[in-house]
Amino acid sequence: MKVYEELGGYQSLKKAFAQKPDEIVAAVKASGLRGRGGAGFPTGLKWSFLAKDVFPRYLCCNADESEPGTCKDRELLLKNPHLLIEGMILCSYACRIETGYIYMRGEFHDLSFIMNKALDEARAKGYLGKNILGSGFNLEIHTHLGAGAYICGEESALLNSLEGGRGEPRMKPPFPAVEGLYSKPTVINNVETLCVVPYIVNEGAEKYAALGTEKSKGTKLVSVSGHVKKPGNYEIEMGTPTSELIYNLAGGIQNDNKLKAFIPGGSSVPMLPASLVDTPYDYESLAAAGTMLGSGALIVIDDSINIVEATLRLLSFYMHESCGKCTPCREGTRWLHQIVERIMQNKGQLEYIEKLEDICGNMSFKTFCPLADACVAPVVSSIKHFRSDYEEYFKNVPAGTIS
Amino acid sequence: MSDYKFTEDQEKEIAGILAKYPVKTSALLPLLTLVQRADQVVSPEAMVVISKKLDISPAYVQSVMSFYTMYHTEKVGKYMILFCINISCQLNGCDKLLEHTAKKLNIKVGETTSDEKFTLHREECLAACTEAPMMRVNDTYYGNLTEQRIDQIIDSLD
Repeated sequence: MKVYEELGGYQSLKKAFAQKPDEIVAAVKASGLRGRGGAGFPTGLKWSFLAKDVFPRYLCCNADESEPGTCKDRELLLKNPHLLIEGMILCSYACRIETGYIYMRGEFHDLSFIMNKALDEARAKGYLGKNILGSGFNLEIHTHLGAGAYICGEESALLNSLEGGRGEPRMKPPFPAVEGLYSKPTVINNVETLCVVPYIVNEGAEKYAALGTEKSKGTKLVSVSGHVKKPGNYEIEMGTPTSELIYNLAGGIQNDNKLKAFIPGGSSVPMLPASLVDTPYDYESLAAAGTMLGSGALIVIDDSINIVEATLRLLSFYMHESCGKCTPCREGTRWLHQIVERIMQNKGQLEYIEKLEDICGNMSFKTFCPLADACVAPVVSSIKHFRSDYEEYFKNVPAGTIS
Repeated sequence: MSDYKFTEDQEKEIAGILAKYPVKTSALLPLLTLVQRADQVVSPEAMVVISKKLDISPAYVQSVMSFYTMYHTEKVGKYMILFCINISCQLNGCDKLLEHTAKKLNIKVGETTSDEKFTLHREECLAACTEAPMMRVNDTYYGNLTEQRIDQIIDSLD
């Protein structure tokens, strides 16, 4: 806490309390900040959607980080818990919220101690509690631990889990801004998103908006992992070429192998081939290349493995994590896994690819939450860009295997 | 029906947990976690006591509990080794390391050693991909694993 304050921590609160809450919302809107959890929805807009004059309202910080490849929030929680608290105070003041929860995945049990200690320090300093810094504004923040379920990172499933239920997604609408936690208006933001807010209040929306590209403002934490020499979390300005991340920041490919593919935004987004490695790392450029920025997890794959192996691993993840509520996802994740597994056992044939595409078509946009779409992404993109990797397995099929 | 009782310290902790939420049911996951940390498992008796505390049915408690992978109904070893096998760890050779670990402990993945010291499980992404390959032993994360490092870690636990 001492170090954080010495470096200017919590200074934004005085600035914020001198303004009306709506002015903060307007500043966040003007900054162009978009949700850093995966969907990239404009944060200020999300805040402004809260049902008018309905109280109490809640803030839920999504710290359920479990998208394969992503580990930026864990680092923020571990090394800078006060930044998150400051961001949550600002958001709560702007949205007139008096209770906030930090929903952390159960595996972050150790981190919850760090977070609770930071919350105690903030309480002792009067940054939390009643009448914060004489502003008349009250806020309490609590931590809440999940217990092992990827799906709870989906916002409506997170709410069900926080209410003490099974973490199954809800039908939308109503969106959480209208009916969220305990059926009250609720803001749900990712850790990284909330951590950006103090900068915007301190330095002004214009300064943040000056960074990045026209539509993707500011900076982004990118977790670079996989076949790179120096994996790590790197903060880049939006629009930096992906190749810069892989070859400069992360030190290039292990053993000086050749880049084969990369998944730019966590396992739920389509992979791209090496030929597109110069794509600028921002929402629009990655979308134009047929993928998404997602959670900002860049997974780098070299030419030492067959893409089907990586795809199967992701399929077994989605099969395991499907909550089972929607039939296309519950059945589809399993079928995709079975078929790709058969292909890898040299028991497949060319028609299996059509079958995979057919199943994918019946899963996309047909479920309550995007888990099914996430599962489809690696299958469709691997077939599109690395069809020959599948065909490798069809060459050595023993006679009589396929009936 | 049940002899299960919370200790005085636990009762205090539970009061603190309940104070966090306007609706009691929200305390369900924290209470299950509290019980498991004390007992290593959540027994049917404990479920009944929790259900009474929160004014919900035992069946509801069990339904919620079964949804989450971190709760156990059967005893596990003193050290729970969760070995990440997701993509970033896969790319960095976790399969061989997992095989090595199982061999060292002389069990199959999913089993507990006969002295009930270690349980070994495959685990999905634990959000430490930049330190791949990695594993979690109880609450501690160990990254950048090699066969030697795994041996050292396991040998250092008593």
